[in-house]
Amino acid sequence: MPNSPLHDRHVAAGAAFTDFAGWQMPVRYSSDLAEHAAVRTAAGLFDLSHMAEIVVLGAEAGAALDYALAGKLSAIEEGQAKYSLLLAPDGGILDDLVVYRTGPDRFLVVANAANHDVAVRELRERAEGFDCMVEDESDDIALIALQGPLSEEILRNVEGFDAPGLDDLRYYRAIPCTYLDRHGRDHNVLVARTGYTGEDGFEFYLAPDAAPALWDALLETGAGSGLVPAGLAARDTLRLEAGMPLYGHELSTGTFPVQAGLGRVVALKAKEGDFVGRSAVEAGPPAGARVLVGLRSEGKRAGRAGYPVVRGDDVVGEVTSGALSPTLGYPIAMAYLDPGVAEATDLELDVRGSRIAASITALPFYTKPVSRPEGDAHD
Amino acid sequence: MTEPSPDLGYTAEHEWVAVDGDVATIGITAYAAEKLGDVVYVDLPKPGSNVASGKVVGEIESTKSVGELFAPVDGEVVESNQAVVDDPTLVNSDPFGDGWLIKVRFAALPELLSADDYAKLTGE
Repeated sequence: MPNSPLHDRHVAAGAAFTDFAGWQMPVRYSSDLAEHAAVRTAAGLFDLSHMAEIVVLGAEAGAALDYALAGKLSAIEEGQAKYSLLLAPDGGILDDLVVYRTGPDRFLVVANAANHDVAVRELRERAEGFDCMVEDESDDIALIALQGPLSEEILRNVEGFDAPGLDDLRYYRAIPCTYLDRHGRDHNVLVARTGYTGEDGFEFYLAPDAAPALWDALLETGAGSGLVPAGLAARDTLRLEAGMPLYGHELSTGTFPVQAGLGRVVALKAKEGDFVGRSAVEAGPPAGARVLVGLRSEGKRAGRAGYPVVRGDDVVGEVTSGALSPTLGYPIAMAYLDPGVAEATDLELDVRGSRIAASITALPFYTKPVSRPEGDAHD
Repeated sequence: MTEPSPDLGYTAEHEWVAVDGDVATIGITAYAAEKLGDVVYVDLPKPGSNVASGKVVGEIESTKSVGELFAPVDGEVVESNQAVVDDPTLVNSDPFGDGWLIKVRFAALPELLSADDYAKLTGE
């Protein structure tokens, strides 16, 4: 079983581990709730080295990705990132991924660890006939995420971290940086302003042997600001509050993008050309296909993945993710509902035999506070 | 206190049992609490209700998952811990103490695991 290059750090920090797609990853260090709260109020540090990284490079790399994925990846600029989908020919979702353009002819595709094999295989097959190469670099790239409102301040204070473009680094942009560790070794780091928590933050792509030094430096620099290491349990409740889908829960081979509210991700304009799954997506899902909604309820008991959503005597939907929201204090869930009840006001969750009223609410459940213009001292 | 105490009995469902006369105080072990993560909701049987050994009598819910509370003995619930209902984090912070869940008056006590047996079961 592969371990993260940061495994020793997690053991030393007393982490509890979980098997995630064959990787032993930290599920929590001490408290899910404390780690969740740290990301909302200060910052948290995540090891995401299990994620799959696939590099597509060559003169036709962009064209190959336009065909392989459901978005117009050739249209993004160098230094830009785009969320996209890997579709099956029948329109189902094989994976959701983030693509970074890291050079004129080079793209970094980041896929879910659980879908590593299918993503590598499909990208290779679909890129055949294009002038490009597809390289699986999952074992050669580690990933650390620094997430939370104090992330930028912490990053700026890391000694040896040289990020000249940080001032202008917007959301879904990435810049190459260098990190000179305290042993005098220089490391290349791709710094992206991306994440999966609903907060400002950065993701760092770097060589596995560089990861421990950067991990230590970030934790040391941020300790006084409330930065803590955070596990996958907190990451799950954070992304749920932010209304972000998780593959295997909200997304699957049986889900069309439009059902998951991801129609905007799919490039369907006539001029945008063919891609795998296009004709199926154009034809649309079958009539009556369920749609993803957000639900909230009172009390403390949360609907969980697989729980039925009911209306009177009828099962009208199913929860895909749910938790007592740590930030909001009430239970939240994402669920697929029959389209006929997607505006109903009398829905209930069947929580292990008990009926609990649930109301449909717009996603995301949580939006980060807008930073206030300087000088505005009013509440 | 997080180590299984030698003075308590244990079950394979990760409960501990402290016997005082004909009343058993029941909670979940530190091992179980740690596996669950932060407990956010506890549902316990009401005093006066009858419970049967091996049957689910309550729920312990964390942010990540739901754990069931099994009755380790047949008997009548004489008290349930309102402090834990009000503050479920007691299950994590003091599982063998203030985080106790219910007290049951019993007629006969089934065989329970010793601390050593329970430690073997959890591999710790």
